[in-house]
Order: sequence, then structure tokens, then C-alpha cells
Amino acid sequence: MSIASITRSGPFTHTANSVQKTMLTVLLALVPATAFNAYLFGWPGILLFAVTVGSCVAVEAGCLALAGQPMKAALSDYSAVLTGWLLAMSLPPWAPWWTGVLGAVFAIALAKHTFGGIGQNLFNPAMVARVALLVSFPVVMTAWVMPHPLFSAGAPGFSDAVAITFGGNLPDSVSAASALGYVKTELSRGIPVTQSMAHVPDLMDMALGFRAGSMGETSAILILAGGLFLMARRIISWHIPLGMMGALFLMGTLFHALDPARYTDGMFHLMSGATFLGAFFIATDYVTSPVSKHGQLVFGIGVGLLTWTIRTYAGYPEGVAFAVLLMNSLTPIIDQYTRPRAFGRSRKGEPLPLEGKP
Amino acid sequence: MKLFPIRGGIHPDYRKEQTSEKAIVALPLPELLYIPLQQHIGAPAEALVQAGDLVRKGQLIARSQGGISAPQHAPTSGRITAVADIPAPHPSGLPQPTIILEPDGREVWTDLPEPIADPLNADPQTIRERVAQSGIVGMGGAAFPSAVKLDLGTRYKLEILLLNGAECEPYLTCDDRVMREHADEVIDGARIMAHTLGVKKIVIAIEQNKPQALAAMSSAASTFSEVEVVGVPVQYPMGSERHLVQAITGRETPAKKLTADIGVVVHNVATARAVHQAVRFGRPLLGRVVTVSGGAVREPNNIEAPIGARVADLVAFCGGFSGAPASLVNGGPMMGQPLPGLEVPVVKGMSGILALTAGEVNEQPVSACIRCGTCVTICPCGLVPVEMAAFIRKDNFEVAARLGVMDCVSCGSCSWVCPSHIPLVHYFNYAKGMINALERERRKNERVKTLAEAHNARMEKLEIAAEAKRAAVAARKANLAAATAEEKTNA
Repeated sequence: MSIASITRSGPFTHTANSVQKTMLTVLLALVPATAFNAYLFGWPGILLFAVTVGSCVAVEAGCLALAGQPMKAALSDYSAVLTGWLLAMSLPPWAPWWTGVLGAVFAIALAKHTFGGIGQNLFNPAMVARVALLVSFPVVMTAWVMPHPLFSAGAPGFSDAVAITFGGNLPDSVSAASALGYVKTELSRGIPVTQSMAHVPDLMDMALGFRAGSMGETSAILILAGGLFLMARRIISWHIPLGMMGALFLMGTLFHALDPARYTDGMFHLMSGATFLGAFFIATDYVTSPVSKHGQLVFGIGVGLLTWTIRTYAGYPEGVAFAVLLMNSLTPIIDQYTRPRAFGRSRKGEPLPLEGKP
Repeated sequence: MKLFPIRGGIHPDYRKEQTSEKAIVALPLPELLYIPLQQHIGAPAEALVQAGDLVRKGQLIARSQGGISAPQHAPTSGRITAVADIPAPHPSGLPQPTIILEPDGREVWTDLPEPIADPLNADPQTIRERVAQSGIVGMGGAAFPSAVKLDLGTRYKLEILLLNGAECEPYLTCDDRVMREHADEVIDGARIMAHTLGVKKIVIAIEQNKPQALAAMSSAASTFSEVEVVGVPVQYPMGSERHLVQAITGRETPAKKLTADIGVVVHNVATARAVHQAVRFGRPLLGRVVTVSGGAVREPNNIEAPIGARVADLVAFCGGFSGAPASLVNGGPMMGQPLPGLEVPVVKGMSGILALTAGEVNEQPVSACIRCGTCVTICPCGLVPVEMAAFIRKDNFEVAARLGVMDCVSCGSCSWVCPSHIPLVHYFNYAKGMINALERERRKNERVKTLAEAHNARMEKLEIAAEAKRAAVAARKANLAAATAEEKTNA
């Protein structure tokens, strides 16, 4: 007897949902933030985005070909597009083309296909790529620029953009620090947070996205809108985003209250860096996060705590990518300890006792 | 009444509107009726007729065998043409012993047993015997002999008879129509069953998407203070026995126990109506209401069909197919089974015949699991389908069992929601079969071992005895020889 030989079981009706539809919905949710950031960072960002997404699809096709797997079905699930998209959003917008290509190799070939392809990887591919690029090419990966909205004065035209993205001609004058990096550097020079905060964009500008940062992560409001859309479509639930942002906010608020000169406040943690993108689009990656709601809450809180810890104490100002990867490694254990209680059984799996019944 | 939440569940497209406004219509007598001897859980009935016999409507044609079994009666008068192996509505499509009856169209009744006078004060044993001899089995789909379930009061301390009118499966409206059109009969049957079980309280649970059934049943129940009609949330699988009990009482049936262990017995509404007819009029179970529906059926309907009418007869009565169905289902689309063909007969547990179009089935190619966790969120049994499936894929049944695969009620919710369209229930049914087979194998091996040990011990004993005997013979011979020698010496 084999599984194929027994008669087909029900159900004889299925939801119209599919992996492809799920991925497309996530892509749709990313569109507003991406479009706005394309406008903010102009042609170099758009070129890098195209290179990154294209490379991810190409690497995916290459890996499938090497593995001798059918290509059409796997490519049309849009998972490689999504990985490329998220990777592009986490790169400095004016980074050179090869960061996208190399990132695609890290993400798709290394993080995804060495584990067996879709659904099998332990670590979030886009974050593996981002972190691998960050530790390998720290200068390129922290060369932030202030927004140069399309068609505004000083914004690079298309040919300038080609020179920036494909020629590596990053103009020195435009580089800027991210808010997190700036505060961290100042702190290391002995300047208290309270003072350096005067030089970072105000919260409203940060929420809207008018700040230096990765290509798609700066507009908290548009990412939030995409996240809420995903929640409304029941693609994601509140557990991971709220767990992560809640833990981060609480840690920030608590420590800021204890020592405002040393610790940035909770709102700053929420609005800066990749917090929103991480909370709604990165940490919520199905494959690498726990399957149960309890597990997802634990996971989210873990990402939030680690993000705060890394941002506050570690060498890198930016913590979301590292935090997500660290928690990814705990996912199997979290899954094991957060299994739901089976009907009619105790948490330990023993049948429930009959209460006062013969 | 205060209701309690049940875990998980899904909201599939209910598609009941195709038949919910179709009043029950009787199927004209077909040319032949095919009455399988096995229409229930337990031992098959034993045929009492043979080819050529003339039978009357309601006549016993096959008697029950053993404690868990049910008899069969002639659904109409006519001539037995054969007792032969015919495919029954089992997914295997394997032939089963079946009585074939050619109706004479005269509907001549046999002498029915007398109605039980004042059943609400009758001896429970009398009613149980009547239900047993009337061939009544659970009509919600499981087809468990009802008399056995009416006997639970003797062994358990029962409080509530819960009548299941949830009908949570998409498409099916047969219970809905029975409740709307025969509310008084259902309530009467329920009161008789409650008396038999020795319980004081009856709760009738109906999903809120059947407002007319709720109204009809409430009105029929209004004069009886012990009967309560409750609208339960529309949430599949609300009709699952254990989940319904939890929704109504808040009590969770422990694993490996029966709902009777926590004081509740559940019967289907159509079963209650059948009990009413058996007790009040002496009528055995001769037919049932079947919902014939699905996008591929020209005129979906609720049909009162005699047991043994072929599915083809019912489909023809509904105007046939409007297009080739992608799937033929016996029962509801969630927990039903594939119908092996149109030639199989209607049996007592058959609630629906569905001919579904490809669009309704929405079968899509299986893709890899992306661990979305939806199956975990919706599992009404609190299981982790994604994990169990991963182990079953590796034929690791031991871990699958530890993860609770045997607790799975096969409701199909996980398969329904899976965006990768992985046939999870298929996996679990396979694993359950394998685990049961392995367990049987283990028991068999143990038994063989015990037998072998006993055999060896016996052989050893025999050997020792034989040895002793040989020794005794040798000794006697020696004695004899000695005696002879002595004699010779003396002589």
C-alpha cells in the first residue's frame, strides 16, 4: 500500500487561494511604498530594483535548471520575485548593480536552493543576502543618500543614474547617515542621544519617508498601509508585527525613561531603520517563521527584543536583519514548544481526565 | 442559551441555495431496487430471501447478525430477482452481497408491528427493540445502528440528548428540509429517544444559516419545556459530534472517550424522525431524503428515495447532467467519499449525491508547502497538519501518531484552506490506515509469539513425559530381565 494507491479522499471543494495568489497579494501590498521610494530616490533606485528582481528570477531559473526541476510552475509562484523585491528594498538605493546580482546569488542560490527550494529554507533569503552583503561590503552597504525626488533639482537624470548604478560613480556629496547610524556614531563620540536627536529628521518626516535609508523601507506609513492590507486579506496576522513592534517600542520606551542620554526612545525605534518593513514583510515570511499563532507571537517578540539589543549594544546600528535571522534559527524550536493543545488532550498530549464522571 | 466557542474551523462557500427551497419530492419507483446487506457500521445483515420470493412492503428481508448490526426491509412490494454481488456506494467500488428487488408497483404492505402505545411511558427496552428491528441507523452519514446508541443510558450517566441538525456540509439540505417539513415528527422522535436514554433535556442544534428550520423546529418544540432549539454559528465543522457538544455544553470530550462519557448522546435529526415512524406506526426504515445537487446537475433536488434506488435513477429524476461532472460525491463535499459510479444504490447513510463541476471542485496542481500555518490555525482538533504531513511523507508513522494523527476527524478543513493544494486529509487517512495495519501486525506477531511459546512449553512437557515413560519402560524391562534371570537361576 502506498499513499498513491488508496482512494482519493475528500474534500471535493477547495479554496481558490494558491501560493501564486498569496505571493501576488504581498507584491501588491509592497507597491505603494516601493513606488513612493522610487520617486524619492529616483532613477538609480529604480535601476537597482530592476537589476535585483531580475537577478533573483534568473538565479532561481538557473538553480531549477541545475536541479532538473520543472521551471514554469516554480517560477510562476512569484516567490523569487518577492525575494528580489524585498532584497532591493533593503539595499541602499544608489548602491551599484553588482550588489543586486551578488545579493540574488546569496538569497536564491545559497539561502534557498541549497536547502531544497521553496518552503525548505531555514533563513529568510532576502535577509541572508542583505547581511552577507553588509558584512562583506560594509562601505557600499552603508552609503546612504538623502532623498532626491524624481524631477527635482539635483536629482540624477537617467544617464546619471546609469553612471551611478552601473559605473559605481556615487557622488560623494550626497552620502548621508541613516538616523540610527548617526545617533550611534554620535554616541560613540560621547555626544548624548538627547543632543544628537536634534539633528535627525522629525518623526513626521521619518514616518512619511523623507530620510536617508534603504530603498524601500523609509516610508513607515505606506508600509503600514501595505501591512494592514495584508492583514485584511488574511495573508498575515497581527501576531508577528505587533509582537515585534511592541517589544521594540517597550524596550525603547523603558530604557529611554531610565537614561534618556544613552537610549533613544520607543517612537524613534519604530520610525527608523527597517522596523516597519521588517515587522510586516520580512519577519512574517511564512517559510522561516513559526506556524502557530502563539509561536508567531513569541517569534515577533524575539525579533523585537533582538532588534533593540543589536541596535543598542552591537557594532551595527541596524538590527532588524540580524534579529530576523537569529530568530529564524529558533523557529523549529519555537514550533515544537508552541504546538496547539489537541482537542480532548492536555498540553502534554494525555487524554483529558473525566471530571467527576464515572 | 449560552454557546461556547469551538476552535478553528473554516467558512467554505455553502452553496445550499441550489436545493434549500426545494421541497422533498418522492422518487417514482424505479424498475429495480438494489439493497446491500451491509449499509451500516458493524456486521452485515443476513439475507432471508432468495430469487423468486415475493415480498411485501416493509417485510424483513435480511436479519441483523450480532450486537452491532441492522436488518433490512423490502422498500416496496415485489419479487426478489437475485441475491448477488453488486457494487455498493463504497469508494472502492467493490461488489457486495445485495438483494435485488423488482417492484410490482402495488405497494402492498406487510403486517407491521403494532404501534407502541404511549411510548413516552413505555419500557425503554421495548423502544430499543423496536428501533433495532426497524433497521434504523444514524442518518447523518456514519450509519451506526441507532438502537445500540439508544442503549447508552444503561451504562453511562447521561444528561442531554443533543439532536444534530447543524448540517454544516456545503450543498446538503436534506436535514434542513426534514426539519422544515416534518418538525413535529422530529421533535416527537427526539422525545421518544430521550425517554429511552433516560435523559431529561433535549437540545436541538441547527446552524444559523437555516432560519426556516430554526423557526419550524422552535415552533414545534414550544409546547415541550424539556426541548430547546439552538441556533449555532455557521462554522464548518460545527456538525462534528464532539465539536457540537463543546459548542452547546462547553465540555470537551477527552481523547479516546465517547461523548456519553461526559453525559451527552448525539443523534441526527433524520434519525429522530425515523424513530418516530417506527414507534408510532411500526414502519421500518425504507427510504431516506437525499440531496442531489452540484453544478453539473440540471435540476438539483431533495428526493425521498427508497433504499436501493440507484444513483442513476435519482440523477435522471433531476433531469440528468448539464455537463460532464468533474467529481461525483457520496455525501457532502468536505467529508463525503467518491462515488464509484452511477450504478450504486442509495443506502441508509447517504445524505447527498453531488455532481460537481471543475469550477466547484477547484482542484489545482499541488505545490510545495510554504509553511503558511493556515492549517494549524483552522484545525478544529488543535493538530499541526503541516508537521504531520511532513513525517508521513517520510513514512514516519510513529512520529505522526505522536503528533496526533489518530485524533484527526478527517473534516477536511486543512485540505480546503491549503494554498499549496496539498491533499492533507488524504495523507492522514493513509497514515491512519498504516498505523492501524502496523498495530494489527504487531498484535498478530505477539499472538504468534505467545502461541509459539506455549507450543514449545507443551512440547517440552511432552518430551519430559516421554523421557520419564522411556525410563519407566527401561526400568520395568530391567526388572523383568532381573526377575527372569532370578527365575532361571531358581529353576
